[in-house]
Amino acid sequence: MINYIWLFMITTGVVVGMINGRMGEVSKAIIDSSESAVTISIGLIGVMSLWLGIMQIAEKSGLMDALAKVLKPAIVKLFPEIPKDHPAIGAMIMNISANMLGLGNAATPFGIKAMEYLQELNKKDVASNSMCTFLVINTASVQLLPAVMIGLRASLGAKNPADFVVAGLFSSITALTVGLIVVKSLEKSSLFKE
Amino acid sequence: MLKSISELIIPAIMLLIPIYGLIKHVKVYEVFVDGAKEGINTMIKIFPALLAMLVAVGVLRASGALDIFANWISPFTAKIGMPSDVVPLAIIRPLSGSGALGIATELIKSRGPDSFTAKLASVMYGSTETTFYVLAVYFGSVGVKKMRHSIIAGIAADIAAILSSVFYSRLFF
Repeated sequence: MINYIWLFMITTGVVVGMINGRMGEVSKAIIDSSESAVTISIGLIGVMSLWLGIMQIAEKSGLMDALAKVLKPAIVKLFPEIPKDHPAIGAMIMNISANMLGLGNAATPFGIKAMEYLQELNKKDVASNSMCTFLVINTASVQLLPAVMIGLRASLGAKNPADFVVAGLFSSITALTVGLIVVKSLEKSSLFKE
Repeated sequence: MLKSISELIIPAIMLLIPIYGLIKHVKVYEVFVDGAKEGINTMIKIFPALLAMLVAVGVLRASGALDIFANWISPFTAKIGMPSDVVPLAIIRPLSGSGALGIATELIKSRGPDSFTAKLASVMYGSTETTFYVLAVYFGSVGVKKMRHSIIAGIAADIAAILSSVFYSRLFF
């Protein structure tokens, strides 16, 4: 899909540029954008490294486990089909906590582990209700600190690079709520039966 | 009030996490340096996709195609108070994370980091994930083929994220 979109963007640009007689601008844009990709990436390395360093401290000091403890009651409620002490619950909580802290690299292995546990309970090639709920939580991505975007805005010269964080949090909580309502109300629908 | 909270975010984290680490007997400096090493690798991983998207959007903008598209779609986007130039970001976000980052970067750069468009793009980028990628990777990892209602719920969450990021950006900025 992304292959077609990318090709579509370039084709449209070149064709429209030809029609508008702006091929000079288009070739300049190609060269300039490649250059600015380099400047932006180099500018981001600093903030990115700083953030990863701080998050390594958070991880080593057990902040993820602390967050996991806070999240546990809510997670248990969202997955009524899973026994409370099943390891799937633990893996899902760790995955969600890591995602909330923006620790993408730590989140993925926990997520895959969680899916494996859920599949042990499911044993089919059709998704279980719990899997759908878990993945919707994952795709809505409530992130307490969108570090990459803060870094990007900082490196491009924003006055207050974190000014969008609160609005972003409200917005992702709204998205999560909508996702959960839809996933829970469709799980019994005959259109999507197991 | 909101402004002062958001100004506090970065310094507070710089201070509180290392203090918490020290309380938990973590060798904060060494662990920090060790974690920071990964920064360059992460950027190297993102760079090719960032380049691909910056070039594609650059071509679209320079050719005038983006203006034509914006004029064409603005009657619809104006109704919900969304600047038409963030539409490409809304389309790419569920499909490609680094692609969306590329588009957001281009918007922030061309519109200025403190413009409404740039702030909205930041909110929108942060409020959803690459739905299709997440579903494909996780279901694929356990061999589940029928995704049932997860796709619709994921898309509903994406649409909610896009609309609510416009709503909250209007409210806050």
